[in-house]
Amino acid sequence: MTETAEKRVVKEIKVDLDKCIGCRACEVACSAFHARPRFSATNPARSRIRVIIDELSDLYVPIRAGDNTSAECTGRHIYAINGKEYSECSFCGVSCPSRDYFYEPDSGLPLKCDMCEEDPTLKEPWCVQVCRCDCLTYTEREDEKPVEEEKRGEMEIGLESLAKKFGMDKILDTVARMSSRG
Amino acid sequence: MRYAETGFNLEIDLSRGSIERVATDPRLTALHLGGQGTAAKILWDRVGPEVDPFSPDNLLIFSSGLMHSTPLPGANRTTVDTFSPQTDRYSHSVFGGFFGPELKHAGYDKIVVRGKAPDFVYLWIHNDKVELRDAAHLQGKGAQETAALLKAELKQPEAQVAAVGLAAENRVFMATIEHANSSASRGVGVIMGDKRLKAIVVRGTNDINIASPAELFEKSSRMYQEIYDNPDCGALLAHEDDEEFHVNNFAWGNARDRIKGYWNHEREERWKEISDNARVRWTSCYNCPKDCHQAITYPGRMPYFQKCYSKLTYAMAAYEELDFNYDILGLTQEYGLDGFSTPQVLAFAVELYDAGILTDEDVPGFPSDGAGRFFYLVEKIVRREGIGDVLANGVYEAARAIGKGAEQYDHNTMKKFEQVPLKLGMVNYPYFLMYATGEKMNITQIEGSYPQIPVADMAEREEFVKHWHAAPERFKKWFLEWEPRSHPSVEAAVNICDWNETMHYVDDAIGTCAFLSSFTGQWAGRAPYHIHNLPEFISLATGLDLDTDGLWEVARRNRNLIRAINVRRGLRRSEEKPPEDHWKKREPEMEQHLLDEYYAFKGWTNDGIPTKETLDALGLGYVSEDLIRRGILTGAESASTSAEPALAGAEGTVAK
Repeated sequence: MTETAEKRVVKEIKVDLDKCIGCRACEVACSAFHARPRFSATNPARSRIRVIIDELSDLYVPIRAGDNTSAECTGRHIYAINGKEYSECSFCGVSCPSRDYFYEPDSGLPLKCDMCEEDPTLKEPWCVQVCRCDCLTYTEREDEKPVEEEKRGEMEIGLESLAKKFGMDKILDTVARMSSRG
Repeated sequence: MRYAETGFNLEIDLSRGSIERVATDPRLTALHLGGQGTAAKILWDRVGPEVDPFSPDNLLIFSSGLMHSTPLPGANRTTVDTFSPQTDRYSHSVFGGFFGPELKHAGYDKIVVRGKAPDFVYLWIHNDKVELRDAAHLQGKGAQETAALLKAELKQPEAQVAAVGLAAENRVFMATIEHANSSASRGVGVIMGDKRLKAIVVRGTNDINIASPAELFEKSSRMYQEIYDNPDCGALLAHEDDEEFHVNNFAWGNARDRIKGYWNHEREERWKEISDNARVRWTSCYNCPKDCHQAITYPGRMPYFQKCYSKLTYAMAAYEELDFNYDILGLTQEYGLDGFSTPQVLAFAVELYDAGILTDEDVPGFPSDGAGRFFYLVEKIVRREGIGDVLANGVYEAARAIGKGAEQYDHNTMKKFEQVPLKLGMVNYPYFLMYATGEKMNITQIEGSYPQIPVADMAEREEFVKHWHAAPERFKKWFLEWEPRSHPSVEAAVNICDWNETMHYVDDAIGTCAFLSSFTGQWAGRAPYHIHNLPEFISLATGLDLDTDGLWEVARRNRNLIRAINVRRGLRRSEEKPPEDHWKKREPEMEQHLLDEYYAFKGWTNDGIPTKETLDALGLGYVSEDLIRRGILTGAESASTSAEPALAGAEGTVAK
């Protein structure tokens, strides 16, 4: 195959934990941007980014809302970085039952960061734009688009599994017999 | 529809264990805005002058500001209002952080606490669910430690906690209320402890309605950038390693000595290294780009936050160096002791010992070094053990309890409260008025809009005035005319005092940080928030029709109401005098003249009492009625007479 792989843009928010001052302006801005109508309310509880703060351990970790999962993980890592201990949860953006981040406070539905890709898409996500201490910075990089597999129909998938079980010859015989009966 | 505020207060009766959610009157918002203003109204209505501060009938009010939970940056200071056992007067403090906004998202503008719990409890507010819970397991715990334990116990890492330490539990008058990176001082912690309320935990997830949300958000976003870009706001001194200003100008020990030439390059290098080693991070408060608070880790101490000038207060009071200050703060922050008044109480005790008034019998095993003595006394005070029981009541009362001439060492209190340790040369007219008449106990809560020092060079003066958007026009003229080593005119002095305090009354009603407005214009004239731009922000948030004159009038109403609260408890002209030795050269006649003029300007009697006319014009008719009923006013008084034609009855037009 000689086709050139298609490119796609991967959006990344880089988090420099040493720079966070814990002002939570990212939470305020995110909740305002995603309010309907836009900017109609600021409410950190609706934000899709949260600063996890533990003053006594000097932890200030902004995390973004990722996918939702209905189950919580069983074992967790504790990471020691520069002498500070971080629970794996401190970096995990998944909405899960073990904590109440990233759920709409009214409906309980999970929230998810969309990198402010609403119409029109912002040049940089809001949270990055308001982060004056440069804890959050935005980068884009190009990546190869994964080649999409040809989509197969339901019947093909079904027949393939039959073929695996009974062999192709048997299927063809059966089809011939069935069609000759009319 | 209520905008910018929830329209509900929480009423907590600790004696009965009852909790009520009470709707508030929107007309009061228009009259007082919120925060300290509406709290003053509650204190006036419900706590009579006969109520002892330690009585269950005293109220302790936590107020969010009107602008909390709006997108306005730097709106995060919570006010705490009550009556102080130290002064027997109105007591007011503010703390930054995240508490007020969280409270509003929970659905309440204020928490009004009355009664006294039989045993220590904490209050847990989670939106509509509000509970009083047993706090026996938290008794004796440090303030920050309590916050961490409660967040873990309730599985609410995002909750905000205001807690007291051992000092408040033992009713130490210098006790604070600690929250995140901030504290409230000046007599409110002792009441929280007296009410046996160990902590308040709040978590809120509701929306706040805003009258013109999109426009407010857009203007707030621009302001956020402006504040970030403005080098002349925020706690400027916090970030400086050059401490020359403080160590040379503030007095050491018990507000005694100024040590000229203490500061040098070698010391600056060493102190910088101490700070850099102790600091793990700069942090900010809710929705503010200024990182004014140092997160400190000092060997052997709990991590804590250092803010403002507390970086030096203990060191200077004990004649020690900076490392001692970081060390003792690690202890006093957990005990919940105010970093301004406590060092003075400690230094006062050390002086008494050196003078032989306190003996080894009073302080058995008293160490010989400054640091050791301070640690010794702190432990005694927070437990009210031995001499600590006396010192825990502050310098004024302790001096009278100890006697034997100790009163003479009480030279830096005013209205029974410890003042900033400043001893200066020549009486300063506006400062004389601010000290004498201020209702907020500490000069830092009164000064701040008008520069402290004149500029010698005329071109520089003109340049200053050109960018001075915060100032009403008349102040520009006075500043241009102000020559070094000269006094502003009496008219100017009266107006400067008035403007300075007005901005604090504005901040404390709407919840904006003084480092972005009322305290910050004095350095470079570049306060981001001021009397001219705040009305628009408030209008966009609340839907109120408010302009500069209107905002000034609200501040004046709040100011007069609080004045009346103190007048009803006995405040008169005779108490309105700064410490005798605050300035070396005094001008007694001029000072009395200044007071006359200030009272006249304010529409107060010659004794400092707002007249019926003044109160009625501000819609405070119920206040004048009460004062007349009590015989404090006859109703026929006219304001103090002014010898300055420009000043008589001038206040109605001051905002121009």
